Amino acid sequence: MSESNGAARQGFGLPRPGGPSSRAAVKDKPGTGAGEPPADRLADDDTIDLSAERISAAVDVVLDSLDAELVGLAPVKTRVREIADLLLVDRVRERFGLAAERPNLHMCFTGNPGTGKTTVALRMAGLLHRLGYIRRDRVVSVTRDDLVGQYVGHTAPKTKEVLKRAMGGVLFIDEAYYLYRAENERDYGGESIEILLQYMENNRDDLVVILAGYADRMDDFFASNPGMSSRIAHHLDFPDYALEELEAIGTLMLEQQRYRMSPGAVSVFRDYLELRMTQPRFANARSVRNALERARLRHASRLARGAGRVGKDDLMRLEPADFESSRVFG
Amino acid sequence: MRITQGTFSYLPDFTDEEIAAQAQYALDNQWAVSIEFTDDPHPRNNLWDMWGLPMFDLADAAGVVREVNECRKAYPSRYIRVNAYDATKGRQTTALSFIVNRPPEEPGFRLDRAENSDRRITYTTHPYALDRPSGDRYPS
Repeated sequence: MSESNGAARQGFGLPRPGGPSSRAAVKDKPGTGAGEPPADRLADDDTIDLSAERISAAVDVVLDSLDAELVGLAPVKTRVREIADLLLVDRVRERFGLAAERPNLHMCFTGNPGTGKTTVALRMAGLLHRLGYIRRDRVVSVTRDDLVGQYVGHTAPKTKEVLKRAMGGVLFIDEAYYLYRAENERDYGGESIEILLQYMENNRDDLVVILAGYADRMDDFFASNPGMSSRIAHHLDFPDYALEELEAIGTLMLEQQRYRMSPGAVSVFRDYLELRMTQPRFANARSVRNALERARLRHASRLARGAGRVGKDDLMRLEPADFESSRVFG
Repeated sequence: MRITQGTFSYLPDFTDEEIAAQAQYALDNQWAVSIEFTDDPHPRNNLWDMWGLPMFDLADAAGVVREVNECRKAYPSRYIRVNAYDATKGRQTTALSFIVNRPPEEPGFRLDRAENSDRRITYTTHPYALDRPSGDRYPS
């Protein structure tokens, strides 16, 4: 009896107006005045130490982690560095009372398969958040399916729903060229693009849109949607990786999975990559990952078939034999 | 007569920043925010019209404020309220609800007296706005 009573009371424990939670909310309210001028406004003839500012903004921490965790991609890193510098200068300008609009941060990533477009895009939200450009460390990753409806009048609400969810963070549209299908004039993709453009223009403070796709098809996409191209400030091209970079990527991937290569395997792996790069359908880092997956398979079956006891080292070490039986060498 | 109801009825009307702050508080608590509008000001009218679907999966209040402004644009002279719906504890409860838009002129209520058998009197409140058909109740 007492049990059911307690449950009932819990069930009707309605929040009252003026209860503790709403009072706390009222108290929080004045703290959000972002438009107020900063208290430490500088005089016109003051100077400021940029390098000290740089340290206090912790920009370098963000950039160094990007350098350490992503191999190659020099043009991408340069652009991120530029954006970070702009943030720094903007902050200092603000202290002199020189207000500036938030820069246009919409981006487009183009490049061959496996060059890290998606990886960088997913990481960009964290980066922009730590740099202070977006309010939330949040990526909403969508494809055509999530934006375009199936019947008349379905597309607009669907697209708006997604855009609302992404506000304050990053909207990442993978394979963006699928949005527009030139061959089908009754396709609803165009409607979705229109709404997207409208939000990209009017809600620049709340939303960063990143498009990604293969270079040639993105060019077609922009050719048929010139408004889209001009609203994107940063067109980043992801170059193919060089052999050394692919090797470094492979080593990094293995490290993350707690494997390592024996010295012999390192040189075999390099030969493998050299051969694989010349073959058709080479997909950069993705091919490296697949090669390592297959090496793990062979490593596992070698251990399982071989008699005897294995130690931790055997379980971690990939041998040349694990790579040599690949059909690339055949 | 200024109609008050909901969580912050004792405060003056909120600015957009204040609405955003409240919506953000709701979103941070994992409450789903929804927007409703009506032109029937009777206090016992619980069933307002929904403006779109409740906004699930939102992280930032900017989306809420945008929808509020869209709704204001469509219905400038109706009551609009923001509700936050708390489903986190298994019950389904409006945890927060406040008015964000009201008609420019609110004519208020009149008291109707009805004399019944044995000279018993019953009273009822009647919003003047309800004398006109729905959609035509407030001059815009």
